[in-house]
Amino acid sequence: MTTLIEPRTVLDVEVPARAPFSTIVHKGAQLTITDLGGNQAVDFLAYAAADTSRRYSAAATIAAQRNIFLTTGSVLRTGEGDPLMTVVADTCGRHDTLGGACSKESNTLRYGQHTRYQHACVENFLIEGARWGLGKRDLVSNINWYMNVPVEADGTLGIVDGISAPGLMVRLRAETDVLVLVSNCPQLNNPCNGFDPTPVRMVVTDTAGAA
Amino acid sequence: MTRNTAVTSTDTTYGARDHARAQAGTVVETMPTIPAGTWPDPPPGVDRERLIWAETVAGGGYTHKVLARGSELRLTDPHGDACAHLLLYHADAPWERLNVADTVKVQWNAYLGPSRALLSDQARVLATIVADESGHHDALCGTSTLAGNTERYGDGSPQGPSPAGLSLFTLAAAKHGLGPRDLPPSLSLFQGVRASPEGDLEFTGSAGPGRSVLLRTELPVIVLIANVPHPLDPRPDYTVSPLQVLAWRATPSTPDSPEWTSTPEIQRAFENTADYLTARGIA
Repeated sequence: MTTLIEPRTVLDVEVPARAPFSTIVHKGAQLTITDLGGNQAVDFLAYAAADTSRRYSAAATIAAQRNIFLTTGSVLRTGEGDPLMTVVADTCGRHDTLGGACSKESNTLRYGQHTRYQHACVENFLIEGARWGLGKRDLVSNINWYMNVPVEADGTLGIVDGISAPGLMVRLRAETDVLVLVSNCPQLNNPCNGFDPTPVRMVVTDTAGAA
Repeated sequence: MTRNTAVTSTDTTYGARDHARAQAGTVVETMPTIPAGTWPDPPPGVDRERLIWAETVAGGGYTHKVLARGSELRLTDPHGDACAHLLLYHADAPWERLNVADTVKVQWNAYLGPSRALLSDQARVLATIVADESGHHDALCGTSTLAGNTERYGDGSPQGPSPAGLSLFTLAAAKHGLGPRDLPPSLSLFQGVRASPEGDLEFTGSAGPGRSVLLRTELPVIVLIANVPHPLDPRPDYTVSPLQVLAWRATPSTPDSPEWTSTPEIQRAFENTADYLTARGIA
């Protein structure tokens, strides 16, 4: 006989446009990220909560799945290859692993020195990470949920118009206790946010303690 | 290999000392040449007095060095199965380091090749790829892991026959005061990977023996190199041949160098680098 345990919502927040966010997602719990306004890049890093030196590795993740895009079934892995989270649902289709986070510094290269004072994802990662004792060296190549970065045959790659839409979501199951660090991307100089950064919704559901 | 074979007894301190000293002078294929200027075969146009690093790194081995700004670093794959996994740090401020995501995003290209810059997270140029005879490289997959090599080859430990790149980077980094948190995704040279339009990764292997890649350092850098099979190398055996490393004093890129103006983005990266160096009093 199977006893169905109704998942309990343990967190439900709307992350404002341009803002950082972090939370612990316990093993077995699920985090659902909803793109409320459509084509909103959600820059995302994940760390084993018990040992934040074990963290998401874009390289280990894409090497293990032999594909650069994330979608349902993708396993987010640490540098040593251990699973941190699994994508269990994805109504968008594919997500970026290559483009990393925008920064005040890289903005000067991509768009010009005049963008130096614009807010950027690395600022969000640094200020939010500091709350957990994380610093600059803890930032590595991140996931960009809902960001569209194709690679041409000659290697040309770029952030192009998104394939997401209002209400599309991606759901992640934690395979261990995970600290997630998020920047709701403030970028205005490329189409990653449809040139209009919007809020995203974060919902964590957990069956633990629900019975 | 030549080996000094003087037979000595090691049952006393004097004998043990003689025994240890008798080993000096042994020559093997994979070893550093010190002083570097005694390297037998300097590249054309490079006086041996300019050599600052000469080494042949064993398959499964690693090496590391701090190089001055304006060094040229030539990596060569003599036998065709080297795979040079590479990390770079700004030696004066090692919290500034290679950022692979910015390197591919800023240059609008996922693949490495001539005139490509290796960018730091501070939007500066750590090094440039001045020449590339291989074209088979990878900026996507990082290096191999203990668990991955244990599954693939039965062992991935540094003391075993098939060390993992991440373990070797951990060791190399530690010798510069850097810990596991200081290991971002790395590049690899001499074994290629390509992505399909659907994102599938294909291992394209080596371009063949005798190919070199020439890098020029634009900041003082800590160089970490692990010579291990690429994580997507499908061969069942741990297959990696020695890597030749040669570096010499040269001059950094200038606004007249083709690398400086290769793209508008890279020109700004060089300008950011010059801005830092000027304020710092280095250049």
